[in-house]
Amino acid sequence: MSTDPIIAEVEATAPKIAVEMTGVNKWYGDFHVLRDVNLTVERGERLVICGPSGSGKSTLIRCINRLEEHQKGRIVVDGIELTDDLKRIDEVRREVGMCFQHFNLFPHLTILENCTLAPMWVRKMPKKEAEDLAMHFLEKVKIPHQAHKYPGQLSGGQQQRVAIARALCMRPRIMLFDEPTSALDPEMVKEVLDTMVSLAQDGMTMLCVTHEMGFARQVANRVIFMDAGQIVEMNEPNAFFSNPQHERTKLFLSQILH
Amino acid sequence: MTDISAPRPSITPATPFVSTAFHEPQPAPVSTRGPILWARQHLFGSVPQVLLTLFGIWLVYVTVPPLIKFFLIDAVWTGTNRDACLAEKLGRPVGACWPFIWAKLDQLIYGFYPASERWRVNVVYWLGALLLLPLLIQSLPYKRLNAIAFFGVYPVVAFVLLTGGNLDLQRFVLGWLGVDFSTIGGAQGLRIGFWVDYVLSTVLLTAIAFGISRFLAGPEGGRSAAQTTLSVLGVLAVVLLAVDIDTGLPQVETRLWGGLLVTLVIAVTGITVSLPFGILLALGRRSKLQLVKWLCIIFIEFWRGVPLITVLFFATYMLPLFLPGRFTIDGLLRALVGVALFASAYMAEVVRGGLQAIPKGQYEGAMAVGLRSGLMMRLVVLPQALKLVIPGIVNNFIGLFKDTTLVLIVSIFDLLGSMRAAFTDPNWASPTTLFTGFGFAGIIYFVFCFGMSRYSMALEKRLDRAQRH
Repeated sequence: MSTDPIIAEVEATAPKIAVEMTGVNKWYGDFHVLRDVNLTVERGERLVICGPSGSGKSTLIRCINRLEEHQKGRIVVDGIELTDDLKRIDEVRREVGMCFQHFNLFPHLTILENCTLAPMWVRKMPKKEAEDLAMHFLEKVKIPHQAHKYPGQLSGGQQQRVAIARALCMRPRIMLFDEPTSALDPEMVKEVLDTMVSLAQDGMTMLCVTHEMGFARQVANRVIFMDAGQIVEMNEPNAFFSNPQHERTKLFLSQILH
Repeated sequence: MTDISAPRPSITPATPFVSTAFHEPQPAPVSTRGPILWARQHLFGSVPQVLLTLFGIWLVYVTVPPLIKFFLIDAVWTGTNRDACLAEKLGRPVGACWPFIWAKLDQLIYGFYPASERWRVNVVYWLGALLLLPLLIQSLPYKRLNAIAFFGVYPVVAFVLLTGGNLDLQRFVLGWLGVDFSTIGGAQGLRIGFWVDYVLSTVLLTAIAFGISRFLAGPEGGRSAAQTTLSVLGVLAVVLLAVDIDTGLPQVETRLWGGLLVTLVIAVTGITVSLPFGILLALGRRSKLQLVKWLCIIFIEFWRGVPLITVLFFATYMLPLFLPGRFTIDGLLRALVGVALFASAYMAEVVRGGLQAIPKGQYEGAMAVGLRSGLMMRLVVLPQALKLVIPGIVNNFIGLFKDTTLVLIVSIFDLLGSMRAAFTDPNWASPTTLFTGFGFAGIIYFVFCFGMSRYSMALEKRLDRAQRH
């Protein structure tokens, strides 16, 4: 399978270090969600983050595009440090795409409009060009023929693939996935995972919160296990699955792998 | 723990089953329901249903025939004065006295607008209808142009036509700051002094905007702020020129306006002002900026807390006492402002209801693709929120349309006010005049309100069809 020229071009111009987190802390009220997280992600890396619910894995990746605010520590995305400065936040969000558990497509817009909205209004792309780009990525996720339907008329798996295409239309250098298959019927999980695999083959830098261990084995460079707001274990997938070191990791893996 | 493998006598052992045939989809059964069957199901299905049906029939029987008899069968259609509508002169029971309406029709439509100038009102009516209808019909093209014409150009044209324009503007910003050019006269109703003031003020304001924004947001921000200020003031100049120039039309004071004209002016202004203003207030109330938020809350709660009658009364009789002597504001304009602010506060709460119904994921989805808060609201949140609250918005419009009649208490005669004024004419005093008048006014109000209601339902259906799940 040939790689996507647009993604390849974008990734080629990206800085060497995609994400750098140093001593990141975050609280929800009194609850300490992220405790001293240190993490460096290089360009082209595919990270899978797993862990029990409430362990802070979603919060971690949502800090990368500032959907959540960290209170202590440094987060540098693509060379831009995230602070209260709205301009920097905008810049980071332009470079970072995200897919959510519940897709969060805009139900009042067609599939095509969902994909062209941000390129046209944020990147000021002419309509025709934005539509061509959208069709390119809709073809990549294999739903070009649904372009003029509304999200409500599509299945869950199709909606998630549209969400991926929508994010790609902003030509992001980094893609974040927050449990992209958790809300899907079992039969639709594969079509979304296949799309993500092809994205990985294009060289996209990806951070995925997921419990799809097969996917982790297949595409991840590193698997991160989080518990109680901290990174407990991090390793390359084969070693991570066959030889977990930490007690908590062993327990977790024994619960989800049979 | 119970042993689940223990045999349970009550359950027969499962028979293995594997589907061998694929069931092709078949057409749905043809409906066998005729009118009689339908009636049996829907009107006479059970005892309470039968009772309700009979009650409904009885209700129609006691209300509809008398109304038809009064307004059509027994009605008088022609005549020149009250004699035509008196039962003793006609020797038969008399229903609605329609000649009264024909005689007073001009007054009901124009109030005391001078007869020779009524064509101007007609032009405003027709122009309004011609611009509004294509705007409401989805399939017609040029929506943007049409909207600019209706919301931007039409109000100015209507204002000039209805009042006569020629406002004799004297001071702009500098004038009020003490640098007075207003003594320099001019021609065609324009004062050169005012326009000198305007040009200098524009230069000054643009420079100020440029300076502040440059200081706050750098050269790029300065340039765009200067451009925005300049274009706003440029548009304002065109508007002011239009209302200032002497068009040759005689001035018609607003106290001469009346009837349907006043009703429509107040309702249309209230409606078109309250929606955008209400949206801004609703957004402001949810703002993270505490100052904006609290100002909006105070504004909304104040206007929701006082009755419209108090507002109108205050604006008309108390406000002039507080304002400095040379400040006189037109009576109708004061009522208009009162109604518009009042309606905006109500609208704000309806819109806020819609905003609250939008799930957090929509905001996150919009932020994640890089939309800033302004664009996020405009492109993602508001279109969905407003669609959700169409019933509430139209409810407000309809309420506002009927509330306009309250301006009667500050001596502005809207449709109903003109009607009541017409009742006092001894020439048409008859036992049925009152009923005819109120019946007619009711029909007019109903036509407008029902029209709005139907249009909103059609709109909802259309938006729903597009996004059906």
